Amino acid sequence: MSRNATPTLNELSVPGRRGVDLPKPDVPKAKLPTADLREDCGLPELSQLDVVRHYLALSQRNFGVDSGFYPLGSCTMKYNPKINEEIARIPAFAEAHPLQDLDTVQGNLALMFELQQWLAEIGGFAGVTLQPAAGAHGEFTGLLMMRAYHHARGDQRRTRILIPNSAHGTNPASATMVGFTAVELRSDAHGNIDLEAVRSACDDTVAGIMMTNPNTLGLFEEQIEGVVGLVHGCGGLVYGDGANMNALAGIARPGDLGFDVMHFNLHKTFSTPHGGGGPGAGPVGVSERLVDFLPGPLIARQGDSYGLVEPKQSIGRVSTFFGNFGMFVRAYAYIRRHGAAGLRANSEHAVLNANYLRVKLRDAYVVPYDRINMHEFVCEGAIEGTGVRALDVAKRLLDYGFHPPTNYFPLIVPEALMIEPTETESKPTLDAFADAMRAIAQEAKSDPALVKSAPHETPVRRVDEVKAARELILTDRAKVG
Amino acid sequence: MAYVPHTDAERSEMLKAIGVAKMADLFPDVPARVRFPKLDLPPPSSELDIAREMRTLGARNVVVDPSHSFLGAGAYHHFRPAEVDYVLSRGEFYTSYTQYQPEVSQGMLQALFEYQSMICRLTGMEVSNASHYDGATALAEAVLLALNVAQGKRGKIVLSPAVHPQYRAVVRTYLAGTHAATIVGDADAITELSQLTSLIDSETAALVIQSPNFFGQCEALEGIADAVHRAGALLVVVTDPIALGLFKPPGAYGADIVVCDGQSLGIPLSFGGPHLGVFTARMAQVRRLSGHLVGETVDADGRRAYVLTLATREQHIRRAKATSNICTNSAVCALGAAVYLATMGKSGLRQVAELCFHKSHYAAQEIGKLKGFAVNPQAPKKTFFKEFVVRLPRPAAAVNKRLREQHGIIGGYDLGRDYPQLRDHMLIAVTEVNTRASIDRLVQALSEAAR
Repeated sequence: MSRNATPTLNELSVPGRRGVDLPKPDVPKAKLPTADLREDCGLPELSQLDVVRHYLALSQRNFGVDSGFYPLGSCTMKYNPKINEEIARIPAFAEAHPLQDLDTVQGNLALMFELQQWLAEIGGFAGVTLQPAAGAHGEFTGLLMMRAYHHARGDQRRTRILIPNSAHGTNPASATMVGFTAVELRSDAHGNIDLEAVRSACDDTVAGIMMTNPNTLGLFEEQIEGVVGLVHGCGGLVYGDGANMNALAGIARPGDLGFDVMHFNLHKTFSTPHGGGGPGAGPVGVSERLVDFLPGPLIARQGDSYGLVEPKQSIGRVSTFFGNFGMFVRAYAYIRRHGAAGLRANSEHAVLNANYLRVKLRDAYVVPYDRINMHEFVCEGAIEGTGVRALDVAKRLLDYGFHPPTNYFPLIVPEALMIEPTETESKPTLDAFADAMRAIAQEAKSDPALVKSAPHETPVRRVDEVKAARELILTDRAKVG
Repeated sequence: MAYVPHTDAERSEMLKAIGVAKMADLFPDVPARVRFPKLDLPPPSSELDIAREMRTLGARNVVVDPSHSFLGAGAYHHFRPAEVDYVLSRGEFYTSYTQYQPEVSQGMLQALFEYQSMICRLTGMEVSNASHYDGATALAEAVLLALNVAQGKRGKIVLSPAVHPQYRAVVRTYLAGTHAATIVGDADAITELSQLTSLIDSETAALVIQSPNFFGQCEALEGIADAVHRAGALLVVVTDPIALGLFKPPGAYGADIVVCDGQSLGIPLSFGGPHLGVFTARMAQVRRLSGHLVGETVDADGRRAYVLTLATREQHIRRAKATSNICTNSAVCALGAAVYLATMGKSGLRQVAELCFHKSHYAAQEIGKLKGFAVNPQAPKKTFFKEFVVRLPRPAAAVNKRLREQHGIIGGYDLGRDYPQLRDHMLIAVTEVNTRASIDRLVQALSEAAR
């Protein structure tokens, strides 16, 4: 990666420089209003080549899956097939307007209808909405449906949502947005949710539980059927955080386990790119008793064509138009590429890779829950007696050319390093990563200062986060040249 | 196996290292009752076949050249400079995750920092987040922010009926979990801001307006912020980023929060998404903001560097007490918008805005000459930008069908879908991609279709 600092657009700007030529007006000019016009919209002025070189230089200071191994736990940084990018750019998809008459967009509606059906089949659900734009947005959507379900039955008392202490932060944050109170539940010695804690929390104020399965330790919840039984028994619903679906597609259907609602992260399990943080897509699947509450519109087959339907007791829209259609195109192509056997093979190899890394690392790092895991596992990053912490190991990995694992999450493991290799990585890559991790554990003992001051080879070294939060420079102070 | 690289030999070796005999043995905790379901999906296919299949599927859509489409209503055909897709296709950008490791994410961090900077200049605001999902969800979060500022003491949101109907629908959905309620001004008085400000009282947390509004008309923003602030509420403005190349921004009129959909800034229509939620506010609200923020700082050697900052607002730190649950955003669309803005620059954006203004006015003038048609009948004197309302002699749906089937034109948005009193009204969008010839064809076709 490039270590050359890159000037900002403002610094590169030269008055009078232009990047684009637009046609002259081919119509008579209308009279512009005088009062409300602005002098200068404040944008920089660059040539086209300036712009291209600027962003090319910036790309050389960024690391993606295409750059190297990216074992970021819970994020499923798998290979993003290039053909999906090409297909999403087909003009029939990319230039379609979302408000066109439905008989002019039958291809798009067919695509969305099939994707709804396939996701329902993969998850074991009765209905699917594609509208939510991301996983957290799907959680929000699912929880709103749970709330509407209870209210529709005249039950206003259910305001509590049970959430294991190993859950993603989005779970309690989503519960708050829906007006629920998040109740945190402890985990047991095996890394499972504590069944007794669930039992004692279950009463007629419980709207439901949010379960991540496999959980954030990468473990399939051994007591899952007991948990589902307890929550259903007290009148609650079971929400599934589908972030870890890459371990389950073709292996088990959450709907078959009794889950009432779950979001899919198309940008994880179904390979749509993460885009430096987004956009993603977070379709939500529901069991029979929640289908009437889905956001509208849904896509329906009507004879030989496709149309829109509004669920009877819909919670309403959660985004404009149909959601992130460009991601649906990619996910559709991905599912068609794999079929049922391919999806199962993906999950199997994701689990194979994670278990392989666990056994390769367990004598160098503490693995607190050392049993067969699913698509990811957690080890402790602190090296005893050296002062080297998980953060240091993560930063030193950058010098070896690897993106570090998720660190300090889940919160229930001290100095956590959460490793998710995904199925698209080969054995030689995993071996090289394991060698680097073992080498760092050695360095921690022989030269702890080297590890604690890492990274050394990256475009910048450790950055001053305290200064950033104190000074809050959130826009370029350089004047536009 | 499509993208799984393992050879049989590697797989055996790995299974042996783990200590299990076969792949199926890797799932001992999954209850046998549900393990390995038989999924009813189409059989797998090759990339070659899928590319063909997807093109065939796409061919079931009616595709017209964008110059012959006059449909807008919140999503627009605009010129997209080729550099945008060139940059968006860089794997270093689009295959990366959120910038939690700043040492290897300086490229995206700087790009997002520059995006924030340009968006602040454009809107006249002080702080922009690094993107939200889309315009509607950005507005919904803005409303939640206003309620948060009021700390539970105010539970009323006054919404202009001229805010995009789908945006208003999303706001209503987001408020389901709060005790707040929306008051929508009288739809028959869609152009009267004074009617809206009279609805503001001591219970009101925010006034939400759109300018240019859903009908393309610029609202008279002068003095609105003062009236809203006197009542102790916040002014939230939804805008069109292209219009900001020409018109004074909402920030200059004292808006507290400005949001919009940034799709017009170089993002393909893509049948409605992914688009870009632009979210800006005043520094006074920075700690209540949702979404990522990129800040400038230095590294251990004192060199300029960028990093995600104020993370203590966010869900991965604050959990149930976070300002929002947002995590994934629309970063790569923000990158695209930044490339667009950098390429267009000060004069280019102005040119695009002027072209939209002139061409839409030409179309409006010509359509206004047709017998039985009226342009902006509810507000004939108001300034409009790139969209305008046309009252037709026949229902809009019937006119659109004839435009398409007999002339290959995609007509405007049927306003009767959202406003029952506007059944015979169509919202027509004209941008720089529509040529004079295509506008003339539209005018001719309209006069025929209305017969």
